Amino acid sequence: MNLFAQEVPLSWYLLLSAALFSLGVVGFLIKRNLITIFMSIELMLNGVNLSFVTFAHQWHQVKGQIFVFFVMMVAAAEAAVGLAIIIAIFRARATLAVDRIDRMKL
Amino acid sequence: MNLFLHLWMISLLPLVGFLINGILGRRLPKWGVTTVALLAPLAAFGVVLELALSLFGAIPTAAALPHVETFGSWINAGALHVDFSFVLDQLSLVMLLVVTGVGLLIHVYSVGYMSDDEGYARYFSYLNLFLFFMTVLVLAGNALVMFVGWEGVGLVSYLLIGFYFQKKSAADAGKKAFIVNRIGDFGFLIALFLLIANFGTLTFTGIATKLAYPGWQGGVVTVIALCLLLGAAGKSAQLPLYIWLPDAMEGPTPVSALIHAATMVTAGVYMIARLHPLFDRSPFALGAVAIVGAATALFAATIGLVQNDIKRVLAYSTISQLGYMFMACGVAAYSAGIFHLVTHAFFKALLFLAAGSVIHGLGGEQDLRKMGGLWRKLPVTFAVTTVGVLAIAGFFPFAGFFSKDAILYAAFMQGAGGKVLWFVGLLTALLTSFYMFRLWYLAFMGKPRGEQEHVHESPLTMLVPLVILALLSIGGGWIGVERFGAFLAPSVRARVAVSVPFTLFHLSLEQILSIVAVLVALEGWAIADKYYRRQPARPAELAAALPGGYKLLAGKYFVDEFYGAAVVKPLFGFSKYILGWVVDVGILGGAAWLLGCIATFAGAILQRWQSGNLRSYAAWLAAGAAVLLLFVLVPWNAVCPLAINFIWKMAGH
Repeated sequence: MNLFAQEVPLSWYLLLSAALFSLGVVGFLIKRNLITIFMSIELMLNGVNLSFVTFAHQWHQVKGQIFVFFVMMVAAAEAAVGLAIIIAIFRARATLAVDRIDRMKL
Repeated sequence: MNLFLHLWMISLLPLVGFLINGILGRRLPKWGVTTVALLAPLAAFGVVLELALSLFGAIPTAAALPHVETFGSWINAGALHVDFSFVLDQLSLVMLLVVTGVGLLIHVYSVGYMSDDEGYARYFSYLNLFLFFMTVLVLAGNALVMFVGWEGVGLVSYLLIGFYFQKKSAADAGKKAFIVNRIGDFGFLIALFLLIANFGTLTFTGIATKLAYPGWQGGVVTVIALCLLLGAAGKSAQLPLYIWLPDAMEGPTPVSALIHAATMVTAGVYMIARLHPLFDRSPFALGAVAIVGAATALFAATIGLVQNDIKRVLAYSTISQLGYMFMACGVAAYSAGIFHLVTHAFFKALLFLAAGSVIHGLGGEQDLRKMGGLWRKLPVTFAVTTVGVLAIAGFFPFAGFFSKDAILYAAFMQGAGGKVLWFVGLLTALLTSFYMFRLWYLAFMGKPRGEQEHVHESPLTMLVPLVILALLSIGGGWIGVERFGAFLAPSVRARVAVSVPFTLFHLSLEQILSIVAVLVALEGWAIADKYYRRQPARPAELAAALPGGYKLLAGKYFVDEFYGAAVVKPLFGFSKYILGWVVDVGILGGAAWLLGCIATFAGAILQRWQSGNLRSYAAWLAAGAAVLLLFVLVPWNAVCPLAINFIWKMAGH
């Protein structure tokens, strides 16, 4: 029997996607460590990716899956640049607590 | 008859001179500036002279004139069409001859007078610009083009009065002339608008044609004519707007001669003669012109009696003589007025230039009290001044006699009111003769009252124009007002003077009036002779005996002070306290301050939002996204009625 013969309902995928996104948002808002915040962003992106894939499967359209590849690509580039910035900040300030990185405040 | 008259050249040549000297003047050598500056009026005068000769030579002169040249359309708005057009007729031809002829002489004179001045090129570029605007004014084929020239000469007048702009008094005098002229120009502009509204045309021929219908009488025509009179009074320095002309003497003396004596100030007279069909239709406006003229003539002459600045005496004399011209126009003797304009241009330019020669010779001294006995040192200047004085006083063979006589006779023939005008004119002639001989005695006769070591006669470039003008002042009147009037007749259609069958000792009325006028002039000379030669102490005694009267005259009737108190002070006060404090500081400044306060206050509150805390920004972002989602996802038009219904129920209904 095919594993996918018994279809998982659409709502399950969407609920998981929403849960992942909300976790990302909450983590972004409450965490102080820059790296954790960064990971939270990845979590949000993946939550969105999941809903893309779900709808692409549901409507039999490949566009959603292509979009996911784009998002992953941008996320990879963002990870590279973002981590570089984080390392540079750590070297300069010896901290990664976002509340203390406020030198641009007037 | 097809004439190629090239009227545009007359105006354009001085404009080219102005452009060359105005733009390149500082880099050109002095002889180059002089050449350009003199060639422009010379060429213009040449064109005018050629025009005049060809027209006098042509047999059917009347058929050739008026000659209109149109250079294209200017304003095309609905029913209103205004062209750039020049018109040449007898009136503008006479004016052109005076403007370019006297203008040329004064240009030549200026070469000598201004030779040491730093602003040599600037001076000549202004002078050429003046000729451009003045010829535009004279040649204009409609009132709007005339207005362009009118404003232009006002501008140049301002520039040249304030020529020595480092001197505060000169700069102030320029401003005063400009502002006072604005009042007159306001009248002219209103008249233009009324002409457009009522006649639909601004061309002089068009206005004359419209006025040929007998329906136009009084009413709006009177209003237009009075507005024009206001304009003319401003430009020609008549009561009550004459106050700028005495101050205009701050400019260089040749400018006083050209602009403020011979040509520009006569533009008002020219304008009235040019638009005479309007005035002919309104006896009231004509009467106003005559009264303004006569009053100004007498008023200015009395002030001229006690002035001590040689140029100011001549300035008040100019105002007084312009009053004569207005008087002539006021009794519809336009040709007599224009005749006096021409002869006055000769002898007043002569007198001013001679005064300039005296000032030049004395190294800038203008006070008559410090002159005296100059006839030995400045023989040529003395001779030409004598001619000028005799001419303006109205002695027989000189130019002033003929024109002044023509005006007095024309006034005398105008019924009872005319007799009053005639008497005022005669009184003015007496005063004129007195103050001119006073000037003559004080400057040239008696003993030197000042230091005169370095006094020198002027160079030839100054003396030649003086001599030519002196010859014109002697011979200029011999044309005679009859011939002059007959020549002008197609342009101004003068009223035919009725000859009266009145004789006394085989003399006609005109001859008797002439003899009376000359006798009056002689009396003026006699009084001046008594006061300033035989009993030089008398004037001071008289002034001491009548302190009130003397102060009134020396203070020029305190008209400047009156205007200062009645107009300038309230205006300054209004500007400073109402506009300055209340409106500017109070309302505008207060509003700006209030806006600033609101912004500062709002900023003080909102800046708390800009905490610099990344997580707080992110929280706002998330909150915003949540609100947006709420708006998009919730079906508000279904929820709202439910919610209202729920609240309604909860309230107990």
